[in-house]
Amino acid sequence: MAKKLPKVDVVVVGVGWAGGIIASELTKKGLNVVGLEKGKERKTEDYFMVHDELRYALRYEMMQDLSKETITFRSNEKIRALPMRQYGSFLLGEGLGGSGVHWNGQTYRFLPYDFEIRTKTIERYGKNKIPAEMTLQDWGITYEEMEPYFDKFEKMAGISGEENPLAGKRSDQYPTPPMKKSPQLNMFEEAAKKLNYHPYILPSANLSETYTNPDGISRAACQYCGFCERFGCEYGAKADPVVTVIPVAKKTGKFEIRTHSYVRRVLKSGNKATGVLYTDLTTGEEIEQPADIVVLTSYVFNNVRLLLTSQIGRPYNPQTGTGVIGKNYAYQVMKGNATGFFEKEEFNNFAGAGALGMTIDDFNGDNFDHSDLKFIHGGSISITQTGHRPIQNNKVPEGTPTWGKEFKANSVKYANRTLSVGGQGSSMPFKHHYLDLDPTYKDAFGDPLMRITFDFEEQDRQLAVFLANKCSEIVKEMGADHVDSLKELGPYEITTYQSTHNTGGVIMGGDPDTSAVNNYLQMWDFENLFVVGAVNFPHNSGYNPTGTVGALAYRAADGIISYSQKGGILA
Amino acid sequence: MADETKQHEKENPESSSRRKFIKNSGFVLGGLAVGGILGNLLPAKDQDSNDPPPQEENETAESFTMALMYFTPEQYKIVEAATERIFPADDNGPGAKDLGVAFFIDHQLNGSWGLNAREYMQAPFFKGENVQGYQGRLNRREIFDIGLREMQNYSMTKYNKGFVELSEEDQDTILKDFEEDNVKLTTISASGFFKLLRGSTLEGAYCDPLYSGNRNMAGWKMRKYPGSQMAYTEIIEKGFEEIPPQSLRSHLGSHS
Repeated sequence: MAKKLPKVDVVVVGVGWAGGIIASELTKKGLNVVGLEKGKERKTEDYFMVHDELRYALRYEMMQDLSKETITFRSNEKIRALPMRQYGSFLLGEGLGGSGVHWNGQTYRFLPYDFEIRTKTIERYGKNKIPAEMTLQDWGITYEEMEPYFDKFEKMAGISGEENPLAGKRSDQYPTPPMKKSPQLNMFEEAAKKLNYHPYILPSANLSETYTNPDGISRAACQYCGFCERFGCEYGAKADPVVTVIPVAKKTGKFEIRTHSYVRRVLKSGNKATGVLYTDLTTGEEIEQPADIVVLTSYVFNNVRLLLTSQIGRPYNPQTGTGVIGKNYAYQVMKGNATGFFEKEEFNNFAGAGALGMTIDDFNGDNFDHSDLKFIHGGSISITQTGHRPIQNNKVPEGTPTWGKEFKANSVKYANRTLSVGGQGSSMPFKHHYLDLDPTYKDAFGDPLMRITFDFEEQDRQLAVFLANKCSEIVKEMGADHVDSLKELGPYEITTYQSTHNTGGVIMGGDPDTSAVNNYLQMWDFENLFVVGAVNFPHNSGYNPTGTVGALAYRAADGIISYSQKGGILA
Repeated sequence: MADETKQHEKENPESSSRRKFIKNSGFVLGGLAVGGILGNLLPAKDQDSNDPPPQEENETAESFTMALMYFTPEQYKIVEAATERIFPADDNGPGAKDLGVAFFIDHQLNGSWGLNAREYMQAPFFKGENVQGYQGRLNRREIFDIGLREMQNYSMTKYNKGFVELSEEDQDTILKDFEEDNVKLTTISASGFFKLLRGSTLEGAYCDPLYSGNRNMAGWKMRKYPGSQMAYTEIIEKGFEEIPPQSLRSHLGSHS
């Protein structure tokens, strides 16, 4: 029998960016919030020895322990899904701050096109441009409606950047000036301009200068130490929930965080959530936390899984295309890259910051004509200088053996003589790409694992090569002596790291028939249950998702506050 | 060696690099130190006499960590010889053997990595598609045990000699046959074992020396990688600069 605790106003499941933002906004308004986090407490002092590539990047120090919980994967419904036994394609975060602690800090706003993608695609190219199996949907919200929330997220995190000439209109400038420009960024900028593209410095959550945000939180400037992605920041310079929104929520005295608390079910009565059931991982005790409002803010897979195991919402049926929970799982096309090898020049490849880079959007969204192309959307193209740590960065020209004398000589020679330009390709939803409960494999508690059914489509294959060719053109213009680039995308495989930008499953929209939540991320059929994160994206754009997740979290906070006062479905 | 130590002291006096970093970083806002673990990085007193001794570079021959936690001496010898072929000594600098790669792998196997402790190892086990990744039931220790034994068997069958006794060319042939799955094994995948061996060789060559690999930071020096530095704000806008490497041990100074 579970121990039952006194009821609280709001319980938040997963304390990362979305959970932290919502907790800070709600507690500021006087609501009592309990945050349940399955991982451990985190603080900046943990990163005293963080410059350790083996421990953090290869042994996944900050990631979820897969022995307790993973996902299963199959390319299509004809084959048996098998567990992701080791990390590869994406990395699942765990602990206070979630994936928001070990991100790179690349902070974009999705394009106006993204939010109305179906309408705008049909407007320009006609209905036949969208393949029959592509379940493309508008988001039920416009860029104009999202803009104040983007602005709020950027000011809270102190995003450093400059105007992007091809993006949506901004109500204000970035709160801090752009990052420093390294020689390789200058080379990219020059080459891109020569090709008549529109380069801009990558919007960064690694602070360009000391900054005090509207909540009164002060943080120091980035030191370009080259350890961001997969690492925590020892300076607090990289915006993460632990050094921004969580202390703000705590200061109100109304936010209680319980770490090592693994939520197993959302409890319900009729069409309302009544709280959650969780296990205290330190004692094994089962605990019931009743609440007026339940907010799911874990990573994509856990949000979907909790709804399905709790039998909340209508599960997606890929045969009929009806139902919504698990629908429109999308990813990204990250392999459209080109690497240049330079015989004369050496670069400070070891230095950098997670979000030090330059980008063009000339081939992103609908910023270019797709009439003669066999794909829609596109991707951002960037050079990034994130710190080439030596175990994971051993680029050699194509044709070099992967081991032995020649490999060693070339990998050493080119360690500081390669520059890569990469496309971050968008990912469109398809009827047969979805999430559901695995029939065979279980987590440490005996609950079914999330099952991913996903593969690359013709859309993705076309896009990858298109982006790779554009990247190659830029690298050549930058003066590389030799350029290697992707020739063919191949199938989706789960073994090579691509991006931790998994999306969809509890998508937002304007119609309860085809979406799970409204544009306040409130469940259509469970009005006191909100689900917030990249899980809401009906498709994935050609950018890193965190900026948009942060904006959605602020939007949801507005909705939850309003619901706590008035109740009912928010419009 | 002695000369090298001296040079290291000269190029890399920790206290001065820390002071310089603090001066450059703009960490203090009107007397208010913000964020970060900077407080911990400051020496207790600003005196050179309080600084830790410079990292000893001459701990090669007598290092206490150069002993075995998992391998038998025979396994160790095979790993030492095989990894040296994967990452051989050349004009650039030492190979796997002198970098301590075999000790690194031995020490790693005696821990969570060797036991696949943080990976999903629950049944049922099925042979999957390549795109689904590793689906075996064996952990890395077991894979190494089997892989090394099979390398030795294959070597005896093909050349009538143990792997360690073979010429470099013949050792390469054996490794290549594993890499390309020309060796048919029943319990493990030959190419999977080779991939594991290659991956851990690079880890051992370039990890922090804390892990018994990358001995004397020679792997880093070879590719002009500066290891763990507090800040690159001074050089990020400039052309290439070679910086003497620093290991994690240098960060412990003010805490000891």
